[in-house]
Amino acid sequence: MTRFLLSRMTHAVLLLFGVSLLTFLFTALAPGDYFEEMRLDPRIGPETVSALRTRFGLDRPLAVRYASWLKSVVRGDLGYSFSYNSPAGPLLWARARSTLLLTFTATLLTWGLALPLGIWSAERLGKIPDTLISWAMAALLVIPDLVIALGLLLLAVRSGWFPTGGMASVNADALTAGQRIGDLGRHLILPVAVLVFVALPVVVRHVRAAMIGVLDAPFLRVARGHGIRRHRLLYRYALPAAANPLISLFGLSIGALISGSLIVEITMSWPGIGPFMVEAILARDIYVVLGGVLLSTCFLIAGNFCADLILYWADPRIRAGSEEK
Amino acid sequence: MTARRNLFKWIAALVALHGVIACAGFFAPDDPLAQDREHPFAPPVKLHFRDAQRHLHARPFFHPFRKSASALDPYVEDAARSIPLRFFIAGAPYKLLGLVPSRVHLFGTDGEPLYLLGTDGYGRDQLTRILYGGQISLLAGWLGAGIALSFGLLIGATAGYCGGWGDEILMRVAELFLALPWLYLLLALRAFLPLSVSPLGAFLMIVAVVGTLGWARPARLVRGVVLSAKERDYVRAARGFGASDAYLLWRHILPETSGVLLTQAAILIPQYVLAEMTLSFLGLGVPEPAASWGNLLGNLQQYDVLVSYWWMYLPALAIVPFFLAYLGLASALQECMNTVGAQHWRGQE
Repeated sequence: MTRFLLSRMTHAVLLLFGVSLLTFLFTALAPGDYFEEMRLDPRIGPETVSALRTRFGLDRPLAVRYASWLKSVVRGDLGYSFSYNSPAGPLLWARARSTLLLTFTATLLTWGLALPLGIWSAERLGKIPDTLISWAMAALLVIPDLVIALGLLLLAVRSGWFPTGGMASVNADALTAGQRIGDLGRHLILPVAVLVFVALPVVVRHVRAAMIGVLDAPFLRVARGHGIRRHRLLYRYALPAAANPLISLFGLSIGALISGSLIVEITMSWPGIGPFMVEAILARDIYVVLGGVLLSTCFLIAGNFCADLILYWADPRIRAGSEEK
Repeated sequence: MTARRNLFKWIAALVALHGVIACAGFFAPDDPLAQDREHPFAPPVKLHFRDAQRHLHARPFFHPFRKSASALDPYVEDAARSIPLRFFIAGAPYKLLGLVPSRVHLFGTDGEPLYLLGTDGYGRDQLTRILYGGQISLLAGWLGAGIALSFGLLIGATAGYCGGWGDEILMRVAELFLALPWLYLLLALRAFLPLSVSPLGAFLMIVAVVGTLGWARPARLVRGVVLSAKERDYVRAARGFGASDAYLLWRHILPETSGVLLTQAAILIPQYVLAEMTLSFLGLGVPEPAASWGNLLGNLQQYDVLVSYWWMYLPALAIVPFFLAYLGLASALQECMNTVGAQHWRGQE
């Protein structure tokens, strides 16, 4: 177990290190920075700008800047935001919580829907439910996320059924705790719906394919012959046998949802990392951008790590394989 | 056989769709930059076949708008006037495919403006701008995919053919690129490039950014194909006859990667069209006055536009048939390759 954990951890840390190096190199290629824009302002003299640049260490060589940035990343500061004049880490973290809430809910709901749909589809292979589900999923697949997000937003605006943006109503402070949770839930509906619609077709397709592969297996025919009920047969015996590729997909789906949540957050003005990063890009606040990329990569790697752990727990072959080495 | 027929069906659909966009000047009734300050945010006109006396007409007609006093609904149909639609009519000059100067439009009217899909805030025809916008968005997708596939082919073939530590390093870097949430990476890379640039500069920038980020997946796939191809018996035989590395790659190994590259192209092009849309939607891509599907949608970021003018949403739907056709093509290609592969193996037995 420890050996398996250690190898996955080293892999994750190396990956994060590589990502930080890669994104930091991009900044070196960038023409201009936050203070470059300042120079256009006639009220600010060039000596002030260069003094500011020195203060924030922008005049030092690249390697030194990288080292000091890395140090601040390890401290959890993730660099310094020029436009907010404070460490970027706490700023990003406040937004990351809303992003996590969004993606976590969407992940749960996607898999909660995809498993029964995919299993049902595989069980009734070629019959009406299967055809219907396949068509619905194909339809969802050809509509890109931006179009779904804007379409649902348009629906919300024209029907007035859902709040059209943000995370809480204007009067949220006056509400009781229970009402506030309900309010948050109502605001969650649309963004989560977009993410689920985007992720669902891929997941359902894989669940269906994995289950089709298993349902023909002799051990299931024997189980059916013993008169085990359909529900128990599918979920207790067939699903675990089909689970392996699905668990890997679970890790990948988290990554897709994090990337997808960017569009959703911006269109639905959900106060997550996405809008904050766009704002930082427009202000040339590079460390916030770098921090955002690093943080989202962290979530992604954490998701894959979880998937690895579940796989280790679920599949004895992997456990045995890692013990042998 | 059905796989092949499927493939041709999707290719035909794609050719037709791209043809419409490529000949935007002919299909669009107006000039994409022509403004009509008298008609800002005019709703789509309704085409009629039946007049007030319930007579049926073969030629569709519409009632032009007249301004009403009501601020809520400023455009009302002027039922007293009927303007017939004319086909193959002379209108705003344009260049067909950017080469042939022409004035002939598929449809239009004599003088009265025709806004089939409404107008934007400057009174520019939405249909025209959607058609012209497609040129930029699709071209960005094609060029981006071209760059990504070229890099992918180059790196994948090098890694697969040479092997050793170079292979190891290249594949680790590819893994790195695949590990990143790519939309964030796209934004980050965009963040480090100049903000305000000309439409052409912005276009090239998007293509470059999108293209350089996408090499990892094709590179890994190409590497896999090259690895198996270079161990084939006929390749070994050719090597035994003294063929050079360059000849082997060019004559025997790279042709094997064509299937993977085609499938990847069918997957990547719509993805990159969407990337352009996303960037332009956020105001980080192709700027006004040029039209692209993304910056047409960018209007929706203003709340009053979103609430009041539903036809501003229509550019979003333009991409759906393209997505459908490309996805169909990708799966048909995959199916075709599977059957071709199967025949290949059967032939060897």
